[in-house]
Amino acid sequence: MAYALQQLINGLTLGMIYGLIAVGYTMVYGIIGMINFAHGDIFMVGAFLSLICLTGLAALGISSVPLALAITLLFAAGIAALYGWTVERIAYRPLRGSFRLAPLISAIGMSIVLQNFVQVSQGARVKPMAPLIQGDIPLLPGADFTTQISAMQIAIVVTTLLVLGVFTWLVTRTPLGRAMRACEQDLKMAGLLGIDTDQTISLTFVIGAALAAVAGLMFLLYYGVIDFYIGFIAGVKAFTAAVLGGIGSLPGAVLGGLAIGLIETFWSAYFTVAYKDVAAFSILVIVLIFMPSGLFGRADVEKV
Amino acid sequence: MPARSGVVAALRDAFLSALVALGLFGAMIGLKTAVGPTSLVLVPRPWAVAITVGVVFAGRLGLLAWRAWRPAGTPSPRQVVAFGRRAGHSVAPLLLIFALTLPAYAGRYWLDLGILVLTYIMLGWGLNIVVGLAGLLDLGYVAFYAVGAYSYALLATNFDLGFWTCLPLAGLLAACWGIMLGFPVLRLRGDYLAIVTLAFGEIIRIVLLNWVSLTNGPNGISGIPRPTLFGLTFSMDGGPGSVADFFGVEPAITQRVAFLYYVILGLALLTNWVSLRLRRLPLGRAWEALREDEVACRALGINVTTTKLTAFAMGACFGGFAGAFFATRQAFISPESFNFMESAIVLAIVVLGGLGSQLGVALAAVVMIGGTEIFRDFAEYRMLIFGGALVVMMILRPRGLVSSRTPSVSLGAHKQISAELIAQGRG
Repeated sequence: MAYALQQLINGLTLGMIYGLIAVGYTMVYGIIGMINFAHGDIFMVGAFLSLICLTGLAALGISSVPLALAITLLFAAGIAALYGWTVERIAYRPLRGSFRLAPLISAIGMSIVLQNFVQVSQGARVKPMAPLIQGDIPLLPGADFTTQISAMQIAIVVTTLLVLGVFTWLVTRTPLGRAMRACEQDLKMAGLLGIDTDQTISLTFVIGAALAAVAGLMFLLYYGVIDFYIGFIAGVKAFTAAVLGGIGSLPGAVLGGLAIGLIETFWSAYFTVAYKDVAAFSILVIVLIFMPSGLFGRADVEKV
Repeated sequence: MPARSGVVAALRDAFLSALVALGLFGAMIGLKTAVGPTSLVLVPRPWAVAITVGVVFAGRLGLLAWRAWRPAGTPSPRQVVAFGRRAGHSVAPLLLIFALTLPAYAGRYWLDLGILVLTYIMLGWGLNIVVGLAGLLDLGYVAFYAVGAYSYALLATNFDLGFWTCLPLAGLLAACWGIMLGFPVLRLRGDYLAIVTLAFGEIIRIVLLNWVSLTNGPNGISGIPRPTLFGLTFSMDGGPGSVADFFGVEPAITQRVAFLYYVILGLALLTNWVSLRLRRLPLGRAWEALREDEVACRALGINVTTTKLTAFAMGACFGGFAGAFFATRQAFISPESFNFMESAIVLAIVVLGGLGSQLGVALAAVVMIGGTEIFRDFAEYRMLIFGGALVVMMILRPRGLVSSRTPSVSLGAHKQISAELIAQGRG
């Protein structure tokens, strides 16, 4: 029981990270109906930016952990947002209205570019980082197994909830959010009613990239090692989360992320670690085949 | 617009681009993380940033200048396509003659490159059946390539079977896997199908990586036997039963390479011939109809299930052949050879070649594989350029190099179908 509780805590922490990435997928898919294949790589870029920033801050002698985290969060989210904007501007916007496969191929190309750009500029070696936040809080002291929650996990969950809170406020309470939801419902009609759709789509990518960068920072803190290839697997898993929650649904994406995190953690704990990615991918296949509209998605009505 | 304000606007635009580039690359290129004595340290590289930003500035300025003063005589895309069509009739036989005679005058290096290019041409033609003809976007094609390679490697090393016995078996096994993948994804379309096939490809790779007792895991399988010419081996000692001994010539490594070259050339031509013939059969026509409109297909009484499954099976079968050849050529395989990047490269070849065009796929494979081979000296930047080329091609020529095609069968005159009318990837 204590062991299962421990896995629950670990799974929720991991799920938060996936949920943050999944939001970016689901937003972009909701508005322009394309799978932003490069999104996972934006997440990876965000992790690298966080690493650079944290290392730089340590070199400058800033030792206050909350301050360093806050600066890193803003820095990584800001620069990653710029990456998101640039990717959309260069690789996707010229293809709007092109045939259906074109943006997907272009996105695959962009994903390859980002991966190799980071490999060339930062090196192919795995980058380790000393844990920034240490300390565990025992929850259920037991004779043979103590369930505990680490300060790191608390920091990750709190930060993610804060970021998601800001994001929810942005989507539900601001003119920008209203424009985004309008575009999601009907892009052409929103344009006719005077919404600058190009700008709204750009901002969607910017926000998605910023959230992915936050996820990158959390990933870096949680695992302590990153390399240029983390984006691909994490991206597919986050996409699975988005599909599981119902693509286009924002709360669905977060819940889907939590579900994927829990499934992966419990699979690793009770079955084999080696096949944990197989578990996630199988869920993707099963969900897409048996309930393609996911948990909270709208069923796609096909008109002939 | 007066030229002066145009120049100012261009300069401002380029300056803004450079500013964005500074933001993008300032940290990523300017500060390299390196493993220091106790923890990570940052190595500043200001010059690299300055050069990159300068390149972006100059590139943007050059692009704007090209747009403003583009020479008036630039041919329109329609003229280019018409020219390409006329040229295509003569290019294909010339390429074939070139391919057949290559071993006569090319050295070892060029033959090896030829084998590599032909392998990708074959994979491209195989995937073309699935993506180009049937319109099913498959991002996990490398899975069938892997199944073929591992089938041959395992059969040859465990049961001592020869290449020519295993080749059909490898194709058959891959086709079975194609059907196994095809069944569950029958209902999916477009992007979702792409993602499921991608997941399938990754699952195969992870299983190959972790099923150590069968596949030897990440260490791979080595000592895979080479193919024989009617039982004659290509051993270097020239002993009895070898090609050199039988024909009474000096054993040389180029003989084996040339033989491998002709094997893959034959396999590739077989793929081409089969897909060209299939396009004339009712099955092939059903594939093309399926690509254009699945609902209409159903309404006309085409069995969508068998049509899709045969497309997956045929494509997978040729992928399996190519995989078996890859295993025998390398004599060593490991799961690392079958990652997603391979699928992406093959798909890129099919898409850049123009979906459904046999000649286009061949040309795209020559350009992409041969092209990246030229950049071998800058191995690090190879994939960077490759990815960039994908994006640029999609923007400039989203329909690929050979971008329109005639239907295989039509009533009366062959009417041109405009590429824009073909809704690929939708069903």
